[in-house]
Amino acid sequence: MASVVTRLKKKQIEQLIENGKRLDGRDLTDYREIKLEQGIIERAEGSARVLLGKTEIVVGTKIEMGEPFSDTPNEGVLTVNAELVPLASPEFEAGPPNEDSVELARIVDRGIRESKAIDTAKLCIEPGKKVFVVFVDVYVLNHDGNLIDASALAAVAALMNTKMSNYEVEDGEVKVKSGYVPLPLKDHPITVTCAKFGDKIVVDPSLEEELVMDARLTMAIDDDGDICAIQKGGAGYFTPDQVFEVAKIAKDKAKERRKKLDW
Amino acid sequence: MNEKPEKLIDKKGLRLDGRKPDELRPVKLEVGVIPNADGSAYVEQGKNKILAGVYGPREVHPKHLALQDRTVLKCRYHMAPFSVQERKSPAPSRREVELSKVIRESLEPAIFMEYYPRTMIDVFIEVLQADGGTRCAGITAAALALADAGIPMRDLVVACAAGKVDDTIVLDLMDEEDKLGTADVPVAMMPNLNAISLLQMDGKLTHEEFEKAVNLAVEGCKKIYAVQKEALKAKYVGIKEEEAEE
Repeated sequence: MASVVTRLKKKQIEQLIENGKRLDGRDLTDYREIKLEQGIIERAEGSARVLLGKTEIVVGTKIEMGEPFSDTPNEGVLTVNAELVPLASPEFEAGPPNEDSVELARIVDRGIRESKAIDTAKLCIEPGKKVFVVFVDVYVLNHDGNLIDASALAAVAALMNTKMSNYEVEDGEVKVKSGYVPLPLKDHPITVTCAKFGDKIVVDPSLEEELVMDARLTMAIDDDGDICAIQKGGAGYFTPDQVFEVAKIAKDKAKERRKKLDW
Repeated sequence: MNEKPEKLIDKKGLRLDGRKPDELRPVKLEVGVIPNADGSAYVEQGKNKILAGVYGPREVHPKHLALQDRTVLKCRYHMAPFSVQERKSPAPSRREVELSKVIRESLEPAIFMEYYPRTMIDVFIEVLQADGGTRCAGITAAALALADAGIPMRDLVVACAAGKVDDTIVLDLMDEEDKLGTADVPVAMMPNLNAISLLQMDGKLTHEEFEKAVNLAVEGCKKIYAVQKEALKAKYVGIKEEEAEE
């Protein structure tokens, strides 16, 4: 089993990190190589594929008409779902969503929702009755660690790639016109995940690192450079100073990536 | 539904329930409230009413989950259908699934897991009435229930949220502040180890505001920690006195 091998490697991984190095040769604050493609699934309203090292994620978006929530009658609805597809890892099983896939979906959701990335007010067709529902489906195709950052990146990239039908409302009837308009977006959150090993913080943990880390901390950074979502995971802890260290790393890394992506 | 208040903080700098920004709601903790459980605790914080029960270490079910070198911690955070304004379906929601996971991960670093190989410890948290900050109050109660069950721990885990309402960083958000505020930062920690074992956030905060919120939440945790220790003493000092009389 993969986890047994990794537990044998635990000491090696920890000693390397103690000396500022990592198994794959990266520095502590280096990301693996990131590749991003958009518009790869023609049937989807929007799509993107992200490779983060060997971690591979495909996100597809779909837009349907539906009912708004009663507490936000004038706003469209965002629904994020994540599938840990069994072909992606020997550890994944087919079946209903487990807590890992629910957590992944909810972290991706939180970054998009709390940064107000989607201009949901523009997705209202008929207040209280009809709105557009944006479905974001995260598909994990190969799991080699840090699913969160790869999924969040692919999700926002897919939303930026999303087209919706032109429509007009006549006597309460929605008529679809020809042509498409882009999904109205207001923000482009970028998440940065760090793992803790003793008193060291590393960025973008690989699967081997994730299996032996103390804990992880993810922060989503919006266009203004502010923090819009956080999630700690794993059965360990951070000191307050380490939390602030992660916040600083997240701010810098998000800025760097935003510049590269031109978001 | 009630009318939305225009301002969450009045001209005097006081909140909807009259608290100052850095003031906790009244916290009441009681240990040993469920006779059947190995350990249990009850918490009231504002209008929150939450029960936590611990069973174990006991036989692992299903058996294949057993670990050879340590115990398995399970956690279920659940809200009663009547705990909120509109009835909540008793089936676990995605929110409850996520919270069960992060609560478990906030308690695990406190427990000496390696003391009980091939066993399981169950933590059940039932929210009877919700008033904002239920995950935090639930953690505070669950840590007490674990201690009450006699499970060796590095420290108690205590939790409290801070956040931003209007333009002010405040401690221990109540329901309205949670829903209408700008940001919510729940924090769980082991005060003696200076260790944060749960940290989440939603909303929007600058880095300065975030640091301020975390520091405020840590202060709040330390205040509740004192109440937690008193609650444990209240049960066990009482028992010791009874034994002495016999």
